[in-house]
Amino acid sequence: MIEEATITRVLGAALRTGGEFAEVFAEDKRSSSAVLDDGKVEELTSGRDRGAGIRVVVGDTTGFAHTADLSEAGLVAAAEAAAAAARSGGGGAKVVPLSRRAASRGYDVEIYPADVPKATKVELLTRANDVARGAGSAITQVSASYADSRRRILVANSDGLLTGDDTVRTLFSVSCVATGDTGMQTGRESIGHTVGFELFDLYDIEELARRAAGRALTKLAARPAPSGQLPVVIGSGGGGVLFHEACGHGLEADLVGKGASVFKGRVGEQVASSLVTLVDDGTMAKEWGCFAIDDEGHPAQRNVLIQDGVLTDYMWDALRARKEGRRSSGNGRRQSYQHLPMVRMTNTYLLAGKDRPEDVIASTEKGVYVKHLGGGQVNTATGDFVFGMTEAYLIEDGEITEPLREGNLIGNGPEVLANIDAVADDFAMGPPGTCGKDGQGVPVGDGVPTLRVKALTIGGTAA
Amino acid sequence: VTPEELLSIGDRVVGLAKSGEQVEAVVVHGRDTEIRVYEGEIESLSSAESQGVGIRLVAEGRQGFAYAGTFDDAVLAETLADARDNASFGTVDEHLGLAGPDGVAAADLDLFRGSLETFPTAAKVDFAMQLERAVRAADPRISGIEQSEYFDTLYAGAIVSTTGVRTAGRETVCYLSAYAMAEQDGETQTGFGFSVGREPADLDVDRAAGDAGRRATRLLGARKPPSARLTVVLDPWVTAQFLGLLGWTLSGEAVLKGRSFFTGHLGEAVASPVLTLVDDPTDVRAFSATDTDGEGLATRRNVLIDQGVLQRFVHNAYTARRAGTVSTGSAVRGGFKSTPGVGTQALYLAPGTQTQAELVAGIDDGVLIQDVAGLHSGVNPVSGDFSTGAEGLRIRGGEVAEPLREFTVASTLQRMLHDVTAVGSDVEWLPMSAAGVSLVIDDLTISGSGT
Repeated sequence: MIEEATITRVLGAALRTGGEFAEVFAEDKRSSSAVLDDGKVEELTSGRDRGAGIRVVVGDTTGFAHTADLSEAGLVAAAEAAAAAARSGGGGAKVVPLSRRAASRGYDVEIYPADVPKATKVELLTRANDVARGAGSAITQVSASYADSRRRILVANSDGLLTGDDTVRTLFSVSCVATGDTGMQTGRESIGHTVGFELFDLYDIEELARRAAGRALTKLAARPAPSGQLPVVIGSGGGGVLFHEACGHGLEADLVGKGASVFKGRVGEQVASSLVTLVDDGTMAKEWGCFAIDDEGHPAQRNVLIQDGVLTDYMWDALRARKEGRRSSGNGRRQSYQHLPMVRMTNTYLLAGKDRPEDVIASTEKGVYVKHLGGGQVNTATGDFVFGMTEAYLIEDGEITEPLREGNLIGNGPEVLANIDAVADDFAMGPPGTCGKDGQGVPVGDGVPTLRVKALTIGGTAA
Repeated sequence: VTPEELLSIGDRVVGLAKSGEQVEAVVVHGRDTEIRVYEGEIESLSSAESQGVGIRLVAEGRQGFAYAGTFDDAVLAETLADARDNASFGTVDEHLGLAGPDGVAAADLDLFRGSLETFPTAAKVDFAMQLERAVRAADPRISGIEQSEYFDTLYAGAIVSTTGVRTAGRETVCYLSAYAMAEQDGETQTGFGFSVGREPADLDVDRAAGDAGRRATRLLGARKPPSARLTVVLDPWVTAQFLGLLGWTLSGEAVLKGRSFFTGHLGEAVASPVLTLVDDPTDVRAFSATDTDGEGLATRRNVLIDQGVLQRFVHNAYTARRAGTVSTGSAVRGGFKSTPGVGTQALYLAPGTQTQAELVAGIDDGVLIQDVAGLHSGVNPVSGDFSTGAEGLRIRGGEVAEPLREFTVASTLQRMLHDVTAVGSDVEWLPMSAAGVSLVIDDLTISGSGT
């Protein structure tokens, strides 16, 4: 993307006024997508984004500038802007000679989406549409979407690092509306992996379409969710968003460092039921949140965050790690070259336990079984969080009975972690997600086995 | 970059159209400055220029789209070729086509302030520093300020099409925001405050700091309430978010595609007679005010619900053609990377006569909802199912009482509209696409402790 000698000169320009650390992050991203809605292929979109973000660190201050102009003149101008933003400092680091470091995800992309005819992508959409509409006469609307991206990045910094990554992601989703006497209900299913077009060899999109339609149809018969506190069983693969919100964000070192986390100062303490071992793993092959290097050039890592209920470590990016005199954990990510990196999750999951899933349900007298979770939101400083249920059922006398309408569940992170009283042996990853933080979205994965929380507040309307 | 320069880039793209093709170029340029301070030091200072072109092409009844984050002529030619190729895979739809001038003159809105261009960076830093100090001074229980930020943007955009649209404009926005933490008896709560304007002179540090301090401290000692069905008062901040959800269901696209529960109900009473809902992007008080929509047509004032009766849906050129009506100037774009959708742009409710305190005085047993969480995960605008995390104050005997947290409020959007009993007089324009106002809604389910 950029010549090595040019990078060296740009880093030099970035440090000319006395910066302690400088970094060039260049990105070249190609995206394509196609949408079918209301029975029509509405449009195909192609996009290209290319540019570089340059940061200069002086003391506790970071200066940042970005440019879409990758010529030496454009890069030097951005470097000078970043340096000016950071102002002059005392350090005045030199650029260490760059040493190229290879990065690998440990597997290859088999079929680059750019090599696949557009007609083949469109055919997936029409097939999903046909199957979903065929699932029942109550299915009144279907949309399907396909998207792929290839993102090439280059990271170089004044410590001498020069590395890069080439990441291909492919995503497919189907959304259905079912209409009945009770009004309309929706069902959505999505698949997404850090792979090429071979995604469609791994998954049957017809099955995906049937599941999306089935979810909408099931909910036509749904009754209002209960209100008040009840035991909640989360289904295998149904949504690690519970952990993402209940403690994931609270374990990000930037928030912890500012005291904005209920988990501050608790490393080494019991923060969860002893059934909980939570991992964040950027190396998890082909998963939606995986990569070879993070957006600061640090190789992806598998990090155990909570071991048998004891908090082992937070997640770190380079900036926060540098302050603490430790290594990054490979969690420095950014949405694009137009953004500063910060601490972000990758693939976050709960390890399997020993219970059998059917026993977890059978031992729940009255509660809610959430098969599929939606998004969520957390206030890391208080620990209060919500997450949505997009497919849920009542549990009565140890059996899954009637479907429930949608709603939020609300809880407090540390309380919920302590209240996990069953973890089953049926681990599965969930659907692809986009995690939003501070205005930046990045792809993340999550996974859980079947598990039970002793009590959560269900945001329904029924008594 | 001036609007004229953007128009000329648009002209060049549109000039590449082949005969029989409709081509539209949306060309944007932005220059942003973002300054964050933490504990008296600049934490980060970002200065950024971003630009891009989105190209939509309609040929033989099919549509394609492509975008690029550059003004480079060679890349733009390739991008147009991508859009052309993409169009060949679309489904033929007789209603597809770009917007054409409809004779409605654009309002003359003053959204640009030259003063922002020359405002020195050091003064911007001072704003963020002042804000941080003011938040800390707001209350002795303030224990930390996670973020104190100054942000501004100079934005210019142009839309040019082969169907005769050629429009450009620019605007400035700046804001201050702080996110504070308060501590008491080992418990932490948080609160935000902000001030928004077109130029730095509009910014009010004390207001932003005061709000952050109040919001962070008001929930200290809050408890989870028992589950109950109660009357609630929505704070303007919450009502504005509620209106945003409602706006989605009033979009011509949701209606035509059978995703809106309003489909087929024009002319019917869909809400309490106290509700009159207007979408007016020509109101300069709106943060989202704009004189032209995402297809370059003049925006206009649209009354959507009049005293509870559904009057109108909003349309762009495509949905209007399909519905057999005319565009309401409601094409919306999420930047240059996508085709225009359709949506409301600056919603507000016609105000009533009572202040929030007067509304509360009329409620014997209820809850004042001051903030909500998880509207994106707990509300389904298609089914209307509504469930959101909430926090606020208990209302007893006409007065606000103890703080409450970690509970949900649930109903359906359809029911809530009918259950509104009063609209406050306190319309507040907020940095989103709707204004807030206090709203009294009867009979919502509060879910908290107990079963």
